[in-house]
Amino acid sequence: MYSALHAVTYAKSTGVFDLTFLLVLFPAASAAVLLLGGRRTDRWGHLLGCAAPLASFVIGVIEFFALISRDGGQSRQLDQHLWTWVPVAGFHANVNVLLDPLSITFVLLITGVGSLIHIYSVGYMEHDPDRRRFFGELNLFVAAMLLLVLADNYLLLYVGWEGVGLASYLLIGFWSHKPSAAVAAKKAFLVNRVGDVGLSIAIMLMFATFGTFSFSGVFTAVHGPGVRSGTMLAIGLMLLLGACGKSAQAPLQSWLLDAMEGPTPVSALIHAATMVTAGVYLVARSGAIYDVSPHARLAVEIVGAVTLTMGAIIGCAHDDIKKVLAASTMSQIGYMMLAVGLGPGVYAIGIMHLLTHGFFKANMFLGAGSVMHGNNDEVNMRRYGGLRKLMPVTFVTFGFGYLAIIGIIPFSGFFSKDKIIESALDKGGATGDLFGAVAIAGAGLTAFYMTRLMIMTFFGVKRWPRDVHPHESPKIMLIPMAILAAGSLLAGYLLVLGGSLQHFLTPSVGSSIEQGAHTISPWVLSVITLAVVLGGVAAAWWLVGRKPVPAEPPTHVTLATKAARRSLLGDDINESIFMHPGAYLTRALVFFDNRGVDGMVNGLAALVGGSSARLRRTQTGFVRSYALSMLAGALAIAVSLLLVRVG
Amino acid sequence: MRVDYYLYLSAVLFTIGAVGVLVRRNAIVVFMCVELMLNAVNLSLVTFARLNGSLDGQIIAFFVMVVAAAEVVVGLAIIMSIFRSRRSASVDDANLLKY
Repeated sequence: MYSALHAVTYAKSTGVFDLTFLLVLFPAASAAVLLLGGRRTDRWGHLLGCAAPLASFVIGVIEFFALISRDGGQSRQLDQHLWTWVPVAGFHANVNVLLDPLSITFVLLITGVGSLIHIYSVGYMEHDPDRRRFFGELNLFVAAMLLLVLADNYLLLYVGWEGVGLASYLLIGFWSHKPSAAVAAKKAFLVNRVGDVGLSIAIMLMFATFGTFSFSGVFTAVHGPGVRSGTMLAIGLMLLLGACGKSAQAPLQSWLLDAMEGPTPVSALIHAATMVTAGVYLVARSGAIYDVSPHARLAVEIVGAVTLTMGAIIGCAHDDIKKVLAASTMSQIGYMMLAVGLGPGVYAIGIMHLLTHGFFKANMFLGAGSVMHGNNDEVNMRRYGGLRKLMPVTFVTFGFGYLAIIGIIPFSGFFSKDKIIESALDKGGATGDLFGAVAIAGAGLTAFYMTRLMIMTFFGVKRWPRDVHPHESPKIMLIPMAILAAGSLLAGYLLVLGGSLQHFLTPSVGSSIEQGAHTISPWVLSVITLAVVLGGVAAAWWLVGRKPVPAEPPTHVTLATKAARRSLLGDDINESIFMHPGAYLTRALVFFDNRGVDGMVNGLAALVGGSSARLRRTQTGFVRSYALSMLAGALAIAVSLLLVRVG
Repeated sequence: MRVDYYLYLSAVLFTIGAVGVLVRRNAIVVFMCVELMLNAVNLSLVTFARLNGSLDGQIIAFFVMVVAAAEVVVGLAIIMSIFRSRRSASVDDANLLKY
C-alpha cells in the first residue's frame, strides 16, 4: 500500500530533540579550532578531531532511540528552529534543523562510519606533518554533510551542499604539492560546480513557483492546483543534475576516479559516508517532487542504469586498486539512483543499499589503505599478489566487504541489491525489464571486477619489488576495519528483516511495504542473481586467476578494453566537447580583446599622444616668440571685439 | 580740452614698447620696454579719467605703478641672477625651459 505524502507538516522539537543542532556544532567547532588554532593544536589535534564526530554519534544514537520510542508518522518528524537567516518581506530563510527518520538514518551513517574513518586516520596519517590540518578538514567535511542532511529547507541544504564541495576540494588536494592532486581537486570542484548550478536553478524555480523552499512548503504545494507538469519536470531534472554532480553519475562522473589522489581515508569518507550519498539523499528527500513527475523519475532511472553499467565496465579495466573501488562506487551509486528513480515505494530500498554500501565500501577503502600502508603506498595491483599471508586481518576484513558487495548470501549486499533488482522488474513494462536486466548484468560485472581485485591483491605469487616489505597495519587501523566488516555482514539482517528500515522511513519517503504481486518470485530471482554473480566470479578466475598476472598490462587488447582503461573516454568526451572549444573560444576572445577593444583604446591614446608631441614643438624656449604670440592673441581679441561692436 | 594728443602719445609709446619687447634681445631693454607699455597705458587711463571727470582711472594708474614697482624689483633680481650664472643678459640665451 503506497501512500503519497500530502500536506507535509513537521512537529516542533522538544526535550532531547533540541540537541539536534549539536550534531552539526561539534564537528564544525572542532574544525574551526583545528584549522584556526595552528601549530599549537598539533599535539592533540587528532584526538579532538576524533572526539567531535564521536560526540555527534552519541547524540545521534540517543536521538535515534528517542525517535523510535515515539509513535509513528508525523510525531517522528521534529523541526527545530534555530534562527531566522534572511527575514525579508516575502522571503524567509530559516536556519532550521529537521530530525526525521531519513535524516537520523543519514546522521548515524555519517557520524558512525565517519568516526571509524577518523580513528583509522590517526594511524594512517601518523607520519604526515599536516595530520592536524587533515583532521580539521575531515571534521569540516562531516559538519557540512550533517548540515546537508539536517536542513529543513533547500536553501540551508544548499549551504551544506557547497560546504561538502569545499571540504572535498581541500581533502582531495590535501597533498597539493603533487600537481596531480592539485589538478584532481580542481577537477572535482569544477565538475561539482556544474551540478551545483542545477541545484541552484531548481531552488530558484521552486521559489518562483511556490514562493517557498522549505521542505514542508514545497512538498505540500506540489499537490496544489495549477502546478504545471512542465515546471515539475524542470525542477526534477535540475535536482537530478545537482545529484549527478555530487554523486558522480553520468554525465558528471569524471571527477570521481581522479579524486583518488587524496589520502585513502578521504576516499573512504567520500565514497561511504558523505559526498556521493548526497545525490541519492537529495532525490529521496525530494520524493514528493518526483512522485508527481514520472518523466523526471525516468531520467533518474536512466542515469542510474547507465552509470551502474559504466562504473562496472570501468572497474574491470583499471589496475589501480583505489580506482577500481572508485569505479565500483560509481556503479553502486548507480544502483541507488536506479532505486530512488523507481519512485514511490522504492526510495527506502535505495537508502537501504546506501547504508549497506556505506559499511562495505568504507571497509574496503580502509582495507585498500591498509594494503597501501604496508606496501610503500603502491596502488598498482600488478605489484601486489599473495598478500593474504602477510596481512591476514586486512585480508579477512576486506573479504567480508568483497562478499558483501558482490551480494553473496548472507552478506548485507545480497539483501539490498536483490531488492533493487526485484523492484526494477516489478516496475513492469519494457523499461522495467530493461533496468532489471541491466541491474542483474551489473551484479555479474561487479562480481567479475571485485574477484579480479581480490585475486590480484591477495592471491597468487608475490610480485612486489625487492625493497618493499609488506606488513600488517597497526591496531588503530585494524579495529575500525573489523567493526566495518562486522557491519558488512550484519547490516543486511538488521535493516531488511521484517522490513524494519522500510517501516522506519515511511514518514519521510512514503510507505514502501511490498504489494504482494511480483513479476518473478523473489526466490527465483535470488537464485538467478546468485548464478550470475558466481558466473562473474568464475569468469574472473578463468581470465585472471588461472595464470600468473603479468607485471605490465597487456597491450594487444580489444578496442573495448582500451576504452575501459581510459574510463570509457569520459575525459576525452569532456575535453573534446567542452575543454577544447572552450579554449578556442577564450583564445578568440583574447584576440578580439587585444586587437579590437584594446586596439581602439590604444589607437585613440596614440592619436592624442602623437598630436601632442607635434604641438609641443611650439614650446621653443624663446621668450620673444611667446611675446609675439601673446601680441597676436591680444590683437585678435581686440579686432574681434571691435568687429562685434562696430559691425 | 583736446584729448587726442594724449591718446596719440599713449599709442605711440605703447607701440614703441611693444616693438622693443619683440625685437630687442637685451633683457634690461626688454624690461624697460615693458615699463614703457605700462606707462603708456597709465597715460591713457589718466586721460580718460580727466575726460570723464571721475577718479577711477587715476586710481587704477596708481595701482599699476605699485605693481610695476614690485615687478621691477623681482624682474631685476631674476635678470641679475641669470646674468651671474650664464654671463649673458640676452633673453635668447635663457631658453632652457622648452619642450
